[in-house]
Amino acid sequence: MHSDPASVRASLRKYVMIGAALLVFTVITVAANRLHLAVPFAITVALIIAVTKGSMVAAVFMHLSNEKKWIYGALLLTAIFFAVLMSVPFFTIMDSIGTPQPAIGVGEHPAGH
Amino acid sequence: MNIPYTVEERPDSGLANGKLGIWLFLASEVMLFGALFSTYIILRTGATEWPHGELSVPLGALNTVLLISSSVTMVMAWAMLKLHNWGRHRLYLLATFALAGIFLVNKYFEYSDHLARGEGPSHSTFLAIYFTLTGLHGLHIVGGMVVMAYLLGPGARLWKQNPDQFTNRIEYTGLYWHFVDLVWIFLFPVLYLL
Repeated sequence: MHSDPASVRASLRKYVMIGAALLVFTVITVAANRLHLAVPFAITVALIIAVTKGSMVAAVFMHLSNEKKWIYGALLLTAIFFAVLMSVPFFTIMDSIGTPQPAIGVGEHPAGH
Repeated sequence: MNIPYTVEERPDSGLANGKLGIWLFLASEVMLFGALFSTYIILRTGATEWPHGELSVPLGALNTVLLISSSVTMVMAWAMLKLHNWGRHRLYLLATFALAGIFLVNKYFEYSDHLARGEGPSHSTFLAIYFTLTGLHGLHIVGGMVVMAYLLGPGARLWKQNPDQFTNRIEYTGLYWHFVDLVWIFLFPVLYLL
């Protein structure tokens, strides 16, 4: 991260512009919600905007666009574990333990029994 | 005895201890909120019906605006220290503190409105996860305000003794604060809009 006075002075305008862009994206999020889009499409739009806003905060306000490799390494590890955590709900869908199995009807016994 | 690498960067990592420390802390926070978001997905996909429009979108949007504005004032508070403008720094940090306070006041009205109607966490699965997620986030806001109050009050003395170390403390507080803002950026659409 460049934090000498000259580059900090040059960044002041960028901070305000990013703040304004985040507010505009918030307005777009609320406006998109009023359109009553189909649920899958609404979720996609809302999450794309949220990810965009989050990336702007992380890159500019948290200075992640210009950090040391140790920070990137720690965050890469976090991202991997986070991805595993987010995939847990899908494991629950794939899991059939505890799901009632359909009853086997008369005449459907496996051959030889 | 002085603690090493509070200001100067370590030769191995190129980072001051506090910087690496706050990022590791934030990594653990990602996992904490990640677990709750994962729980939310499980509860929502497993529910036969999910309430829509139970929360006040204008109030949620206003809180989003407040937190985004507080992120701007927080980064400006740090930038002003880098430019050795103490007066402006105090003003921006105070503004961040005030915006956080207004956020909590809004949240108080939102909570009390629900509770007055008997809609506590035990009322439905949606309200249970809503109160858990926003309650934990609210505690993070309170934690940030406590640190800011310290840096506005007794902690400000460090500026005269060791300005670089004080600037680093503001930077780490800012990193935490931006993370709290980032979490809300995801909470708002997930809870209020979808």
